[in-house]
Amino acid sequence: MIEVLFFAGLREQLGTERALLEWTPDLRDVSAVRARLAQGDRAWEEALGAGEQVLAAVNEELAQAVTPVQDGDVVAFFPPVTGG
Amino acid sequence: MAGATLQDCRVLDAPLDCAAAQAWLADAGGAAGATVLFTGQVRDEAGTVSSLFLEHYPAMTEKVLDQIAAQVADRWPLARVLAWHRVGAMSTGDTIVVVGVAAAHRAEAFEACSCLMDRVKTEVPLWKKVSGAGGDAEWVEARTSDLRAARRWHEEPGEDEH
Repeated sequence: MIEVLFFAGLREQLGTERALLEWTPDLRDVSAVRARLAQGDRAWEEALGAGEQVLAAVNEELAQAVTPVQDGDVVAFFPPVTGG
Repeated sequence: MAGATLQDCRVLDAPLDCAAAQAWLADAGGAAGATVLFTGQVRDEAGTVSSLFLEHYPAMTEKVLDQIAAQVADRWPLARVLAWHRVGAMSTGDTIVVVGVAAAHRAEAFEACSCLMDRVKTEVPLWKKVSGAGGDAEWVEARTSDLRAARRWHEEPGEDEH
């Protein structure tokens, strides 16, 4: 299982802060997780589609599209950060 | 590795004590003859903003602050490095962030503090939502100027940006 977390504007856009994905071998990296989430639902496709600027973290470390994902990982997606 | 550098990074849901931050940096003593402290306040944006809520990723926020502080301490010879960030509900004028360093001389202190702040703004999982007096709230958009400012610390010295 992969736990997926959403923050800030993205969380509001999706109407949820958390999703669980059944892990399968094709979920090999961040971009695969993102593509799986964007499948099948218009709102999710709009929020997480390839054209959207979305940052990611794997197990609380900033990640890239090619960062590997394994069963049991926590993947987070969020908008560009605006602290400070 | 931060080596001999003392490090104090915190994420706080309460007002930040800038005087305590300054006192801790100045307390480095010894060869540390310079401290640089930066504080950021909530802007009113010409009266359009009255309050701000700062959302964060609790499991990750302090971890990233710690990593950035350690990397800054690796790059410049610092005695102390501090990064405190407030989260939750704030009003205009409230201090939202305090970063600072103590070093032997001012040149490395200014540079290190500038790098620390540029990286905090662009790498720590924090998101601002601002509200006007009428209660209408909206997420603040990330600025490309902030990304550009942070990117210069990743470039090799003398390398031009194209």
